[in-house]
Amino acid sequence: MNIVVCVKQVPDTTVVKIDPVKNTLIRDGVPSIMNPDDKGGLELALQLKDKCGATVTVITMGPPQADLVLREAFAMGADRAILLTDRAFAGADTLATSNALAGALKVIPYDLVITGRQAIDGDTAQVGPEMAEHLALPQVSYVVGCEYKGGNNFRVKKETEDGYEILDVEGPAVFTVLASGFDARYMSVGGIVDAFEKEVEIWPASKLDIDPNKLGLKGSPTKVMRAFTKATKAAGQVYEVDAEQAVDVILEKMKEKFII
Amino acid sequence: MNKAEYKDVYVYAEQREGKIQSVALELLGKARVLADALGEKVVALFPGYKNKEAANELIAWGADKVIVMDAPELENYLTEQYSQAMSQAIDKYKPSIVLLGATTIGRDLGPRLASRLATGLTADCTSLDISEQRELLMTRPAFGGNLMATIMCTDHRPQMSTVRPGVMQKGVKDTNRKGEIEVLDIKFDSSKFKVKLVEKVKENKGKVDITEAKILVSGGRGVGNKEGFAKLQALADVIGAQVSSSRAMVDAGVMPHEVQVGQTGKTVRPALYLACGISGAIQHLAGMEESDFIIAINKDKFAPIFGVADVGIVGDAHKIVPLLTEKLSKLVTKK
Repeated sequence: MNIVVCVKQVPDTTVVKIDPVKNTLIRDGVPSIMNPDDKGGLELALQLKDKCGATVTVITMGPPQADLVLREAFAMGADRAILLTDRAFAGADTLATSNALAGALKVIPYDLVITGRQAIDGDTAQVGPEMAEHLALPQVSYVVGCEYKGGNNFRVKKETEDGYEILDVEGPAVFTVLASGFDARYMSVGGIVDAFEKEVEIWPASKLDIDPNKLGLKGSPTKVMRAFTKATKAAGQVYEVDAEQAVDVILEKMKEKFII
Repeated sequence: MNKAEYKDVYVYAEQREGKIQSVALELLGKARVLADALGEKVVALFPGYKNKEAANELIAWGADKVIVMDAPELENYLTEQYSQAMSQAIDKYKPSIVLLGATTIGRDLGPRLASRLATGLTADCTSLDISEQRELLMTRPAFGGNLMATIMCTDHRPQMSTVRPGVMQKGVKDTNRKGEIEVLDIKFDSSKFKVKLVEKVKENKGKVDITEAKILVSGGRGVGNKEGFAKLQALADVIGAQVSSSRAMVDAGVMPHEVQVGQTGKTVRPALYLACGISGAIQHLAGMEESDFIIAINKDKFAPIFGVADVGIVGDAHKIVPLLTEKLSKLVTKK
């Protein structure tokens, strides 16, 4: 079985801070990581490889430094890694990104494509389903469990708001997975050594099976017109009083607002 | 593309087991405002099975027209079946704007459809407006809520956006409103149906829906543990409130994920949000700052939660909450 996993290198948004004076994002010193849901996706691919044998190819689109997440994927057990890097990809929204990834998938063999549900820097959850549509593949999003049933068949567990669904899927297919479903393994020592000896293939846009007009800024129907830090509303009154008085203040305000 | 051919504001009227979801009504409320600004109509796209009767409810909540797609293939949500129905409707009627709820269904269907229609989609918008050039302005948080971005889709139609449940406000229900109901027959290509629903399981986690609560008593790190949350629950019981939590207490295993407020939890806008021992990380604020009235209790007078609170109390929630419960229960029994 050939499994392709699409991953993204992201800034660790949990450590992004706002400069309180300039009211801008502080990006310096923010570490880059493999997006958690994508790492869960890689884990699923590696579990399938452990159980039934598979070649796991990892693809990312990004600047040359994104090479690092592919090395990490090697160290976890991936067999092949491809970095899509080209100025032509710059400024891509989710649709243009999905076109680039689909363009790469069209020139490599796959029986299953896995990616994370969403990336923590964008939280859109759009690239996986958009890519599945370009490839005319069925998709299941929010996957938290997956069992290979032989042939082209998979049984997956999809998380929903009020429970879960069990779905039977005839592959090839695209699954977008949640990190919570697949506890990612650590890099192995041997894997780390290998990771820097294996070759990461560097692919420019010309290597993809896609109309260049569908890539990057040109291929992006949505455009960011303005980015801003949130206007915080005017702060209310802050009371530094003892517990008894505090309770009186709260009760009075609740009455004022007709809550009690 | 001739943009002039595309008009009206369309809403995906999400139903589950025949029940129209709250987020669809919230979207109708917002669509009404957008359509009025454009001088256009609000249209609901309503795929389902034996769902014709329920179309009147969508009119009562603000739709001028409902397009009903009624077929056994649409009984349960499945990506391809719904994508075929929705894309045929959109190809036929040519909407200017299509809004979907950012539910597990909307976030699966939205991108599949946008890709099929080769148009843009903006996820999880928190505000929608119409520009002077009559374009849709879609604003959403990025970088884990650290930054806001306003996005436009000027050269493609429809302009599509998903909106999280609880963010937009419903209009006023009027059962006397008149509207048009049109039935659209879908021609399904079943050779593309590669996913079968085997089983749908409801876990009892859906019992508490904090997005519907009028009052939320919410706890964070300062509440600390199950005993602390028991105090919040006692207060909540007296005033008919529900208890919610910050992410820290969910990660610590003290509270379940379905009561988590914030960027990775739920967006809430109750009449009163009482934040106890919550410092107010930006991800938390993103989920509650639209509450009508916010009271915050925190030991640290520099806690960011005071920046959004209408009333801030510098103090220990462990002391104040039981005292408040006591006084409130006296008031309630007096009545």
